[in-house]
Amino acid sequence: MVLLKKKQKDLDESYYLASQWTLMWRKLKKHALARFSLALLAILYLGALFADFIAPYGLEEFSALYKNTAPTTIYWKDMEGNFTRPYVFKLEKYNNRETFTVEIRENTEERYYIDFFAEGIEYKFLGLFTTNRHLFGLVNEAGEPDNSARINIFGADSTGACIFSRILFGSRVSLTVPFVSAAISFVLGILLGGISGYFGGVIDNVIQRVIEVLSAIPSIPLWMALSAAIPPGISVSAMYLYITIILSFIGWTGLARVVRGKFISLRKEDFVMAARLAGVSDFKIIVKHMVPGFLSYLIVNLTLGIPSSILGETSMSYLGLGMKAPATSWGVLLKETEDLVSVAQCPWKMIPLVFVIVTVLAFNFLGDGLRDAADPYK
Amino acid sequence: MAKYIGKRLLLFIPTIIIISIVIFFIIQLPPGDYVTSYVAAMSAEGEVFSAEDIANLRVQFGLDDPWYIQYFNWVKNIVTKGDFGYSFEYGRSVWSVIMDRLYLTLGVSFVILVFQYVVSLPIGIYCANHQYSAGDYALSFVGFLGTATPNFLLAIIIMYYIYVKTGNIYLGLFSTEMLQNGMRWEYVPEFLGRCLIPLIVIGTSGTCGIIRTVRAQMLDEQTRQYTLTARAKGCSEATITYKYCLRAALNPVVSGMSGSLRTIFSGSTVSAIVMNLQIQGPVLLTALKSQDMYLAGTIVLIQAVLVVVGTLLSDIALAWLDPRIRFSERS
Repeated sequence: MVLLKKKQKDLDESYYLASQWTLMWRKLKKHALARFSLALLAILYLGALFADFIAPYGLEEFSALYKNTAPTTIYWKDMEGNFTRPYVFKLEKYNNRETFTVEIRENTEERYYIDFFAEGIEYKFLGLFTTNRHLFGLVNEAGEPDNSARINIFGADSTGACIFSRILFGSRVSLTVPFVSAAISFVLGILLGGISGYFGGVIDNVIQRVIEVLSAIPSIPLWMALSAAIPPGISVSAMYLYITIILSFIGWTGLARVVRGKFISLRKEDFVMAARLAGVSDFKIIVKHMVPGFLSYLIVNLTLGIPSSILGETSMSYLGLGMKAPATSWGVLLKETEDLVSVAQCPWKMIPLVFVIVTVLAFNFLGDGLRDAADPYK
Repeated sequence: MAKYIGKRLLLFIPTIIIISIVIFFIIQLPPGDYVTSYVAAMSAEGEVFSAEDIANLRVQFGLDDPWYIQYFNWVKNIVTKGDFGYSFEYGRSVWSVIMDRLYLTLGVSFVILVFQYVVSLPIGIYCANHQYSAGDYALSFVGFLGTATPNFLLAIIIMYYIYVKTGNIYLGLFSTEMLQNGMRWEYVPEFLGRCLIPLIVIGTSGTCGIIRTVRAQMLDEQTRQYTLTARAKGCSEATITYKYCLRAALNPVVSGMSGSLRTIFSGSTVSAIVMNLQIQGPVLLTALKSQDMYLAGTIVLIQAVLVVVGTLLSDIALAWLDPRIRFSERS
């Protein structure tokens, strides 16, 4: 009993002594949906980090034979119905004698077994050392790596590349561009919104007009013009940087408005006046005294800004304004579903959409959880 | 109130001027001009151009001046003659190209805007009043899903579903019979059916956003002291919900109205390409791509002006709705 009481007291003390961040973290851990989303996002980001290991094929690997083919069927049983090591068949062309067309079918003579840590294309593991081991791959009956059969667990795209691999490589762009661009617009939003709200007067008016103008122009022409201004023939990583900047250029206005409102209401508070009387510089007042007052709110805003950035990147690539092949992102992958015919014939091309939706939902739920956690009245 | 509106109207003109400059500058930003893309397109078909031909074309189109002079001429013609310039691509005046689709575009955008609010307000109120009920969970989930799915892909999913179910492909607002025979009464049901898909597709993302805002705001208001007071005094739940809470909760919804207009314009561009709608979006995209700058500039300008007007109207509505804003302006 005494022990229990002591434990209770410890808990209470740690509760009152805990910083705002610790409290937020505790509340967040209680939010089931947010916890689940956080785990999901962690998996997705790990997938992006270890993309070349998990993906069975590299970005440039494709096979014309496998063009637009359905997900590879994986067999668990042999002809007699006994369980065996999982295997697949390779595809082959044959002449259909009834329709006189060339069709693709499975060649059921040879089995190709799924092997873990199989050999494949060479890559640099996390940029540290070169290896050719992949999480899974195919070996022939003799146990040697064999390129004549392919395993496309999510099917193949119009060039015959593995969609699963491309999703993983695409997530490197689709999961980081929005993050970076949300971070840039976050900084821009706080800085310009802060200046606008703190100083007021002419600066405030100018910044407000800029926001009004930027938020009145529909985003498509903005994207088009800005991305058309990207010089052609630049490297993928430079392209990537440009897209990030374009997205953040458009995204900061909403946050700046909110920050301005907060600054205007905080500016009149006594503690700010006290700091000013004590001779603290404007910059220090903003950074040390005012921003921490609503930082939790800003974090929420940052989390909720990422999904719209992800969707923005998708639309941009879809319109052909973002990444271009052979570089890949989820938007580039979804470009294959541009018309009804390709969706009707190859429904598996919608799989990247599932990843987009899951990621956007996860960020939304996480943001909701953070908002609840940051709210001191709950 | 009149003074407030007057002040807002006065700010309207400089904003429009700045917007028009920014738009013109942005459209000029990509390297090259219409002559470049025209020459490139014609060269691909085997035509040969000398440097002199190209220079003559530039002079003919008035593209040899620096951009600010082009801008000045453009605006001068708009203000003095109501002439929005010449569309190189269509070979006629920009205004006549725009008029082809203007009414349909405005109609579609307006209907979507109304649809968004008509659908989302009751749902938001229902979700707040029945928090954590099965209906709330279901509707919130649909709402989340709607914001998470890119518009244009939703269009493809819905069209694919309809295709699988009925075997018909509903592309565009008008069927071939309608275009051949003109509009007749017997086509009205089909036309409305065809309108429904774009309505759902373009409206969804905005609808879901409004549902979430209304729900959060209503829940916030319901825990306030004045709600408790009203309940203690014996006001009916309907009065509390509609007369007190809703009025306070509407504030961010109304101020977000111009934003949703902008989202509709942007969203409809991509969706219209997928669904083959005869509205302005696809025209804008091709105009931007071929650097048909007066056409692109005019379309963007019209959309931006509409958004600014929307902002103005929503600010006025806000002042009418919220006495705090009205009074702070007066003092």
